[in-house]
Amino acid sequence: MCVTCGCNGTHDAADDRPAAGFARVPFRPAPAAARPATAASLPGRDTHIVRLETQILGKNQAIADRNRRHFEARNILALNLVSSPGAGKTTLLERTLTDLGAALSIGVIEGDQATSNDAERIRATGVKAVQINTGTGCHLEADMVEHAVESLQPAADSLLLIENVGNLVCPALFDLGEQAKVVIFSVTEGEDKPLKYPHMFRAASVLLLSKLDLLPHTRFDAERALANAHAVNPGLTAFPLSAYTGAGMDAWYSWLRHKIGLRTPIGP
Amino acid sequence: MHELSICRSIVAIVAERALGQRVTRVRLEIGRLAAVLPDAIRFCFDVCAAGTPVAGAELEIDEIPGRAACDACGLELALAVPVGRCSGCGSANLRVLCGRELNIKEMETEACV
Repeated sequence: MCVTCGCNGTHDAADDRPAAGFARVPFRPAPAAARPATAASLPGRDTHIVRLETQILGKNQAIADRNRRHFEARNILALNLVSSPGAGKTTLLERTLTDLGAALSIGVIEGDQATSNDAERIRATGVKAVQINTGTGCHLEADMVEHAVESLQPAADSLLLIENVGNLVCPALFDLGEQAKVVIFSVTEGEDKPLKYPHMFRAASVLLLSKLDLLPHTRFDAERALANAHAVNPGLTAFPLSAYTGAGMDAWYSWLRHKIGLRTPIGP
Repeated sequence: MHELSICRSIVAIVAERALGQRVTRVRLEIGRLAAVLPDAIRFCFDVCAAGTPVAGAELEIDEIPGRAACDACGLELALAVPVGRCSGCGSANLRVLCGRELNIKEMETEACV
């Protein structure tokens, strides 16, 4: 009889290695009288219940924690930029890089399902950029960022801007090791977007209300939009701005400089 | 769509821990505030499990209801979505106590074939 679980079969030695972090609980079959005769008469059909108690996203979290330690040790302010497609993430990046590139070391990681168009737009500003194509993936994951950082080699005391895939759902779940998620919300969207996508607006620490120059041409109620965002996340810091005219960009830049100077992580 | 990526993680973790044995059942714990749809997980699970020791395994999902505590008045309340106001004092400063779980609780393997 098998010494591990009492069955009639034999265990392969390799099968008996206990994996770290979980306990094997032998399955206790019901009394023979209560079981169908076929089950009782089948040798070697017993089962093990293995308690796992494992976080499904544990591996991503472990890599994200490693990324975060890497960034903090070098005073790299890593920001995870998230929005719907077309909210103006890349235009906002281009303007930020053009305005701050001379005074501050900046690196960019671009995430898109396909094409290297965004990385090329960023490189045109003179800033180093790495493009990640996620293929069918709808979000960046921590290991993708880890590999991108290996190739980008961001300097100490620098800013690392990670432009996630345009999607307000999936990127909310995947920590990349950033110090803060920055959600970009444009005035050409609906004011109720924070209510429709609460996970993302709750996960973010900063909101950039973008395309402010278009406000006169839309029926967008900025006050109501910000009230909705704060209803979802009362701690959200909001900057209304236009990357096209430059209006409001100074407050965003002050925030960036302040955070790099402070050498402290930004928590939601 | 992230459910596909989550299912791949589930199958990878379970297959690794199964040490080559066939997996007959997997039990998950998914919080109602976790932004993961159990139906989408069920839909993706068989596809991701195909060709692995997890193929054909039964999938059980325990859904955990959301609960939050109000940081303003201390009231504990049920939460169906990750946003809300305190039913006692109206504050939006709610701290989620449970409902964000995304765990593999256990699996059942064929011990000896």
